[in-house]
Amino acid sequence: MIGSGPITIGQACEFDYSGTQALKALKEEGLRVILLNSNPATIMTDPEFADRTYVEPLTAEVAAEIIARERPDALLPTLGGQTALNLAIELAENGTLERFDVELIGASLAAIKKAEDRDLFRRAMLKIGLDLPASAIARSVAEAERALESLGLPVIIRPSRTLGGTGGALAQDYGEFRGKLEWGLASSPSHEVLIEESIAGWKEFELEVMRDRADNVVVICSIENLDPMGVHTGDSITVAPAQTLTDKEYQLMRDAAQRIIREIGVDTGGSNIQFAIHPETGRMVVIEMNPRVSRSSALASKATGFPIAKIAARLAVGYRLDELSNDITRKTPACFEPTIDYVVTKLPRFAFEKFRGAADELGPQMKSVGEAMAIGRTFKESLQKALRSLEVDSFGFESACDKGLGAPARAALIERLKTPNSRRLYYVADALRMGISVEEVCAWTRIDAWFARAIAQILAAERALKADGPLGQDRLRELKAMGFSDRRIGDLTGAGEAAVAARRRELKIAPVFKTVDTCAAEFEAFTPYFYSTYEGEDESRPSSKRKIMILGGGPNRIGQGIEFDYCCVHASMTLREAGFETIMVNCNPETVSTDYDVSDRLYFEPLTFEDVSAIVDTERPEGVIVQFGGQTPLKLAAPLARAGVRILGTSPDAIDRAEDRERFNALVRALKLKQPRGTLARTPQEALAGAARIGYPVLIRPSYVLGGRAMEVLWEESGLKAYVAQALMASETRPLLVDRYLEGAIEVDVDAIADDERVVIGGMMEHVEPAGIHSGDSACVLPPRALDGALIAELARCTRMLARELGVVGLINVQYAIFHGEVYVLEVNPRASRTVPFVSKAIGVPLAKLAAQVMIGRKLADLGFAVERIPRHVSVKESVFPFSRFPGVDPLLGPEMKSTGEVMGIDESFASAYARAQTAALTPLPRAGTVFVSVRDADKPRLESLVRGLRAMGFRLGATDGTARFIRGLGIDCDAVRKVAQGSPHVVDLIRRGEVAMVVNTPEALGAADSASIRRTALELRVPYFTTIAGAQAAVEAIAELKRARFAVRALQDYHRACSQL
Amino acid sequence: MRQEERTKRAMLALADGRVFSGYAFGATGEAVGELVFNTAMTGYQEVLTDPSYCGQLVCMTYPEIGNVGVNEEDAESARIYVEGLIVKECWRMPSNWRARMSLDEYLKRNDVPGIEGIDTRALVLHIRKHGAQQGVLSSVDLDPQSLVAKARAAPSMVGCDLVSRVACRSAYDWEVGEWELGGGFKRPGPQEMRDRPRVVAVDYGIKRNILRCLTAVGFRVTVAPAGATAQEILAHRPDAIFLSNGPGDPAALPYARDTIAALLGKRPLFGICLGHQIIALALGGKTYKLDFGHHGTNHPVVDLKTGRVEITSQNHGFAADAGSLSGLAELSHVNLNDLTVEGLRGLGAPFFSVQYHPEASPGPHDANYLFRRFYRLTELFPRYGAQALEHLEAEQAAS
Repeated sequence: MIGSGPITIGQACEFDYSGTQALKALKEEGLRVILLNSNPATIMTDPEFADRTYVEPLTAEVAAEIIARERPDALLPTLGGQTALNLAIELAENGTLERFDVELIGASLAAIKKAEDRDLFRRAMLKIGLDLPASAIARSVAEAERALESLGLPVIIRPSRTLGGTGGALAQDYGEFRGKLEWGLASSPSHEVLIEESIAGWKEFELEVMRDRADNVVVICSIENLDPMGVHTGDSITVAPAQTLTDKEYQLMRDAAQRIIREIGVDTGGSNIQFAIHPETGRMVVIEMNPRVSRSSALASKATGFPIAKIAARLAVGYRLDELSNDITRKTPACFEPTIDYVVTKLPRFAFEKFRGAADELGPQMKSVGEAMAIGRTFKESLQKALRSLEVDSFGFESACDKGLGAPARAALIERLKTPNSRRLYYVADALRMGISVEEVCAWTRIDAWFARAIAQILAAERALKADGPLGQDRLRELKAMGFSDRRIGDLTGAGEAAVAARRRELKIAPVFKTVDTCAAEFEAFTPYFYSTYEGEDESRPSSKRKIMILGGGPNRIGQGIEFDYCCVHASMTLREAGFETIMVNCNPETVSTDYDVSDRLYFEPLTFEDVSAIVDTERPEGVIVQFGGQTPLKLAAPLARAGVRILGTSPDAIDRAEDRERFNALVRALKLKQPRGTLARTPQEALAGAARIGYPVLIRPSYVLGGRAMEVLWEESGLKAYVAQALMASETRPLLVDRYLEGAIEVDVDAIADDERVVIGGMMEHVEPAGIHSGDSACVLPPRALDGALIAELARCTRMLARELGVVGLINVQYAIFHGEVYVLEVNPRASRTVPFVSKAIGVPLAKLAAQVMIGRKLADLGFAVERIPRHVSVKESVFPFSRFPGVDPLLGPEMKSTGEVMGIDESFASAYARAQTAALTPLPRAGTVFVSVRDADKPRLESLVRGLRAMGFRLGATDGTARFIRGLGIDCDAVRKVAQGSPHVVDLIRRGEVAMVVNTPEALGAADSASIRRTALELRVPYFTTIAGAQAAVEAIAELKRARFAVRALQDYHRACSQL
Repeated sequence: MRQEERTKRAMLALADGRVFSGYAFGATGEAVGELVFNTAMTGYQEVLTDPSYCGQLVCMTYPEIGNVGVNEEDAESARIYVEGLIVKECWRMPSNWRARMSLDEYLKRNDVPGIEGIDTRALVLHIRKHGAQQGVLSSVDLDPQSLVAKARAAPSMVGCDLVSRVACRSAYDWEVGEWELGGGFKRPGPQEMRDRPRVVAVDYGIKRNILRCLTAVGFRVTVAPAGATAQEILAHRPDAIFLSNGPGDPAALPYARDTIAALLGKRPLFGICLGHQIIALALGGKTYKLDFGHHGTNHPVVDLKTGRVEITSQNHGFAADAGSLSGLAELSHVNLNDLTVEGLRGLGAPFFSVQYHPEASPGPHDANYLFRRFYRLTELFPRYGAQALEHLEAEQAAS
């Protein structure tokens, strides 16, 4: 089986969910399963899930090595997203599968190609009499121009064989057409684009279809996109089931889906098929088909309770649908179509604030980094629950127009309705508030009136609420049934959340929990999978067993992703083994944690104080675990504790001591540890004065953030002035932290685990990039390679002291900087960190599981983890970035986290492990060619060994004036390359022409256009580029290793066996 | 806005004493009937107008109903037959390019009351656990005790001839084919019609889409009333006879049973739903009442000959008893959820029947091939007579 590799936009943890389900199903069949996936943060790569787990780059060479070694009978590529499918195509086409007699199961090569190749797909659709948007394939600019003559503008340009719609774009005029065409051709692995009649504004639907080898076909779920065509479905607000189709129209779509899956020839498994319908004529066209499990199938599985991936895996090994049973009803077969008696709404979560220069506009290219799903008995309820599930500080339809809704705002508002963006739903509400009619709003947005009317009804209730007096029983109950949060009602009435909650208690208005059962209650359900609603009858029937509740991480975002879900899943698994009933609360449909198989009971609910409290009131758990789900549950720790809920493990007060900067400083002082000089600033004046006192460069950020949001290194006062002008507005209640930036320091992350007897180091990770690059973005190596024994001992000592002082029970993560040989504490997180899965895989010890056991009172000594385990092999973690999704953004690293995912390379040496990690991170290093070097003055002293190393390996060097002079001054050959400003042929031309194999480019002052366009071009053309000398230096070592030997693969289980013998 | 319209109270009472309080929509008034639930997520208009629902109060399990309004094309008969409609939330403003009227207005015009705003899932769970029973839906009497008493007093469906309330009174010809997106219904020309084999469709409460499907596969259709005798039916000189769906207890229709018993073997015969049950009775088998019936569009049915599974549309409260039919007919289809009888075929007689609805509407089209099969059977009958079905199956096996 092939996994999907690192988390990227368009390919997130839904493939860990599907892969994990599939692995479990295949193992239950008694099959020997071999897994290839480069992503260590996945549950699927846990060594117990497959017989052999290869955490190696997802390349054809590596896959062939594994196949040669393990000799599998079959390859299952339909559960690892587009990555797995593409790799399978490569293995089939290069003869590997034939050579080793490996059968491709799930989908044949012919079927994959028919679905993926736009021309073949189109022909197949026409053959079975289905309609498509008019279109033409082009492999060159000339071909594209000819096509445009007949299609006319606007058109959509879609590159072939990419994931998540990379490079897809709407071109309104000829200028846009040319620009987007070139980009599209460059983005396509086959240098091919489809130019298509624009059907922007049409209604968009998806069907999740399954087929077995006996040709039984069922539709698992229909999904309607609230955002019409033109917005990538991953970025669209989607609703299940379809809401605005009559049965006749729906059945036509179902018939088409059946014909499509048969014609494409997906023999077994699931497919996602997208359709568009003209809102006035009903003309239906086929958009595309994914012949594999997808993000939408994860959503469909969670929305219906039908485990698509698990069933798909069973079908792939030969079962028929009617031979498999429905897990939820037990008595009925899996060969049926789920019917639901609630409404599911998914909202995408975006990260535009992280990418300066990226326009908050949505189009055919996916940009969202995560999603939240909510279930309600009505659309209005599920929509409002989804809003607060998203954790964007929204608890309902707050106004998005901070300057009010006066007449001047109207034009701006209409502009925001016309151009899809991440906040459009709020603008729709504001437009309706302003008195713009539903019809007009629908005309601007092309959103179906049914959805707009639902929002209008919510707003009408808000208006009535403001006008009414105190809340009576019926009124409050009705508002709650519409999905209003206490917080929103409190804001609207001015009474505040607590008063509304108290009033509810007084009136005995509490939610009930209903079951997700695949069958609308027609059959008895055995799976405790619940959602809340305000209705008559409660179905939760809590047990009287000993139970523990685990709060998940909510929607993925940059800084809080799959790693935290991994920890939550581990906690649940181990506590179940320990005899507890586990209760999972989460609202992210992509995750393993929201699989109803993982915990004893699953509540698919928003992670707000109100929603979590209601579950606590019903379930009465012995304790709640907040330290595994990242910042989301951590923020709930204090309010839950105040409400009398027992928080397991480290106390909420200790969490606050680590998070609150003033308390933290006091803690560090008391322990006599060093930290960079710093100060707190509540006003711009304080910030400027503080920085002057500390001395530049300074590192500045708002307190209480995860993933280093709005964090920056500022080199001089002018930069700080610009920063505070924006930042303080954004967080008035939270002070700014201003710290001395330790330039060039080595950063080290330490993960440790503590019970009340001891603190054991889990792993120390030395960052490859220097301090100042966010730890989540930096490559790191375990064990450290440049630290001596004394420093390592000091890091361990500091970590122990901090853990002891904070009374940590469970996990703790400390970030240090080593500056001039001394240890500085940067940050302490008394919770599971992002690196826990990586460390666990590197050392072969499941840290999150141990932490969960410690939290229920077990001792590390009894758990067999009394001393640190330092492996002989080297593990490197590298980060993966979404820059290619954000045109115009400078792909530069800094203190604000920007990566979406990670990969792991393991080997005997750093160089080789780093080379693997780089290859896995989708930017394989070159073995020859020209390296373009352009570094700022401050980096020049460290340039010599780098360029000498490159020359020694036969690389040519190219550099612009200053750097070239410097290199030649060292007596090293270097070609002069013109800057962009010096005219063509300049450096960007060279990169475009493929004459540059690698780029080393460290930034001048931020925003230097030349340097940014070099990085941007390298990124778009997939030329490896390094923005730090340290990163480049590591790359040089890795290249040397690559040239010396080819990869030999080794399974994680073998590494761990070696580890456990230490 | 519609929230303001939720002002008039309504109440639903069950014979066993359970009462639900909600809001009225549709016509003001009171309706009595057997309470059933339908799990289809689309097709409420088809459900409302299906004559098989005569005598029943229907609860839609999907909570948002009325979203797409109603239109002329999606009606399965001339009027609403459901006695009263129970939903979680009724949408008064439809949104669909084919919508011509709101659901609320449609119910008002048909004088059918509705109730919304109740915990429909609790109601469904109640019916599932305690079985289908009589209920009263009212927006004029809001006294729970009075309503429960009325529900208790309502007659059971068992032994009740509801067919006579819904079937046509005299024979007529049907000339409309299947619906097409953008093109409406296809109408074969008179020339084309003349050469077609004639099927007499006996109307026990027939859905229009059955007639359309029969027309679409090439039949010339004459509809005969449920009470027509064998002679009257044969007087139309049919090449084949079709037995339709319809409401209620098949055992309450001895006249239909006797008519069909007289026709068995004389012409190719195809029965759907009630028509299928009548065939079972005519063969000498028995029928019985299910706990809460099958009403939905997602029921898996396996064809025992091919092993293929069809996702089917279903709407029935009674079923043929498999044991009573052994030796009289061959079991051809079985429901995979509860293993009830879903289809029969003749033993040495050219007929077949299904409990489910191959005409769909609402529901999947998986079983639409049965109409083509019926047409082929009709073609083969003059040559092979009693052996026509065997020949048909041999033909299909060969292809």
